[in-house]
Amino acid sequence: MTRELLEGSAAIAAAAITAGCRFFAGYPMSPFTGLLESMSRELPAAGGVCVNAESEIEGVNMVLGAAAAGARAATGSCGQGIALMQETIAEAALNQTPFVVFNMARNQQDYFQCTRGGGWGDYRTITLAPKDVTEAVAHTQLSFHLAELYRAPVILYGDPLIAQTRVSVTVAPQDHGPLPERDWVLDGTGGGTGRSRQVWTWAMGKATDPGPGPDRHWRAVADKFDAIAATEARFEQAHVEDAETVVVAFGTAALFVEYVVEQLRAEGHRIGWFRPVTLWPFPGDALAAATTGARRVLVFELNAGQMLDDVRIHAADRSAVRFIGGVSIAESGLAYGDLMDAPAIRDRILAALTGGASA
Amino acid sequence: MTREQIVIDTSGPPSVPARKVADPRPSLLLGEHSLCPGCGEPVALRLLLEVLQELDIVQRTIGVVGHGCYGSFVRIMDVDVLQCLHGRAPSCATGIKRVRPECAVFTMQGDGDMANEGLQEVLHAAARGEKITCVMLNNGVFGDTGGQLTATTVLGQRTKTSLAGRDAEAHGYPIPVADLVAGLQGSAYVARGAVSTAGGVAQTKRMLRRAFETQLSGAGFSLVEILTMCPTGWFVPAGEGPGYLGGSLEQSYPLGELVT
Ligand code: SF4
Repeated sequence: MTRELLEGSAAIAAAAITAGCRFFAGYPMSPFTGLLESMSRELPAAGGVCVNAESEIEGVNMVLGAAAAGARAATGSCGQGIALMQETIAEAALNQTPFVVFNMARNQQDYFQCTRGGGWGDYRTITLAPKDVTEAVAHTQLSFHLAELYRAPVILYGDPLIAQTRVSVTVAPQDHGPLPERDWVLDGTGGGTGRSRQVWTWAMGKATDPGPGPDRHWRAVADKFDAIAATEARFEQAHVEDAETVVVAFGTAALFVEYVVEQLRAEGHRIGWFRPVTLWPFPGDALAAATTGARRVLVFELNAGQMLDDVRIHAADRSAVRFIGGVSIAESGLAYGDLMDAPAIRDRILAALTGGASA
Repeated sequence: MTREQIVIDTSGPPSVPARKVADPRPSLLLGEHSLCPGCGEPVALRLLLEVLQELDIVQRTIGVVGHGCYGSFVRIMDVDVLQCLHGRAPSCATGIKRVRPECAVFTMQGDGDMANEGLQEVLHAAARGEKITCVMLNNGVFGDTGGQLTATTVLGQRTKTSLAGRDAEAHGYPIPVADLVAGLQGSAYVARGAVSTAGGVAQTKRMLRRAFETQLSGAGFSLVEILTMCPTGWFVPAGEGPGYLGGSLEQSYPLGELVT
C-alpha cells in the first residue's frame, strides 16, 4: 500500500472499495459530490457498479436493493439530501439491511438528523464522526464492518474539511474480525423449494413458516440497538482526570478545540477535552466519568446546540453544562463560517472560565 | 326409431378426454390469499407465478413488492422477495439486478404505489433501460385503505375521496402509466392486460411471459400494466367487478401491446 496525496472524497472512495463496497448510488450535492465522482471513476474498475441516481430517494433505495441482494453497498449526500433518505434508512434499520451512508455534511447541523433519524420505528443509526481524512478512511472501513455485523445502516458524518482537503494517506485493508453468516441474503435461489427468503420490515414469514411476526421482530431489533449502545460507543479524551473544565466537541471542530485546550493547559489551566467518536451510540458513561469533578462542561459545536442535549443527559452534573458553540456557516453554505477558528474558540472558552458563557 | 347396440370395449384403458384441466393451484403458491372475493389481484399473482414456472426461472427470481392489498402475497409467493417502501420497488429492483444480473427481477406494485408515490422511480428505471420487469396492478383506487382516488382513477369514477366521481377540474386527469413508459427509449416491452375476462386472462399471461423473456434477453425494461377488479374499493357486488372494469377502466386504458 503506497502513500498517496488524495482529496478526502477520493480517499474515502478508495477506502470503501478496499472494504469491499461494490455498489454505490448517489445524487450530486456538494460537498458530497466529490465522493460520487470518485466512486463513478473507480468502482467499475474494481468490478462494481456506480449509479448516478435521479434523486436521493432512488439512490438509497437502489442501495437497499443491492444490499438485500448481498452486495456491500453505500450512498451519501448531506443535510437536505439525507432528509430525503431517512424513510429508507429507517426501513433498512427495521428490515435489517446493512449499508453505509456517507453524510458529507455542510456543517454540524445534521447531528439530530444522524443520531435521531427522521424515520419511523424503534431504531437508531450508528453514526461515526471522524475528525480528519485519515480517521475518515479508517471509519469508512469500520462502517462497512459494523453495518454487516449488526445488519443495520451506518452513517459516516463528515464535512467539507474532510471531503475537500487534500492529504497524504495510505489506504490499507483492515481486519475488524469475523462476521456472522449471511444466510438472509436474497440470491434468487430459494424459490420453489418452500424455503424462499424474504426481507421484510414486518418479519411475518412465509405461509409455511410464520416467522417471528412484527412484535417479536421489532423487540429483537430494539434489543439489538440496546446491545450496540452498550458495546460500540467510542470516544477520545485528554486531561480530564484533574480538569475543572471539560470541553466537548465532535468531528473536525474537535480538532480545533483540542488545539486550543492543549494551549490553555500549557498556560496552566486545569482544562481537558472530550470527543465522542460515535455520535450514536453516544459515549455517555465515558462522558459521565470524564466530567466527574468538573465545574464546567463546555459544549462547542457548529449549530444551535444539538449534541448539547446528549451532553446534558450524561454529564455528571448537568447544571455545569454550558453551550459555547453556535450556528456558523459561510454564505455559500459549503464551508464553515467565522466560529471555526482557533482564536474565536479560545475567546469563548476563556469567557466561560472567567464566569461568562454564551447562552 | 332404430336402437343402436352400445358395445363397451374393456380390453384397453379408457380414452383420455380432450380437455385440459388446470392445476387447482400453481405449486409456487404457499398458502391461501386473504384478499376479498372477486378481487382481480390473486388472478394476476397466479399468472405471474405460472409464467416463472413455465420459463423455469424460479430458482433465480427475486421479487420486489410494494404496498397494497397484494403486499400480503409476500407470504405466499414461493420466490425470494424484498418488500420495500411504497413506490420504491423499481429502484430496489435496480439495485438487485445490477448486483445479480443473472437473476430475473420483478416488481409487483399497485396503481397507488407505482403511479402516485413512485411514478418517478418507474419512469427513470424505464428510461435507464433497467433489465427488470415491473408489474402494475391497476384497479384505479387505493384498495388497501378502503377505496380512495389514485392517479389512475378514471374520470367520473366514484371513490371515497371523489364521492361525486372524478372531475378533471377538481382532481386532474388520470395517468396512463403504460403509455408514459412506452414513450421512453429504454422500454423494450410494454403492454396492458386485464383479468376481467377469460380471454383477457390468457392474453395477460402471454404478456407477462413476453415481459420476462424480454428481460432475460437483455433487451431492456419491461412493464405489464394489469387492470384488476376491486369490487370492495368500487363499492359494487363481487360478481359485478368484471363488468364494471370493462365499462370504466378498460375504456380509459385500452388493452394491448404498446412496445414489443
Ligand atoms: S380491497 Fe380491492 S384490491 Fe384489496 S383485496 Fe379487496 S378487492 Fe382486492
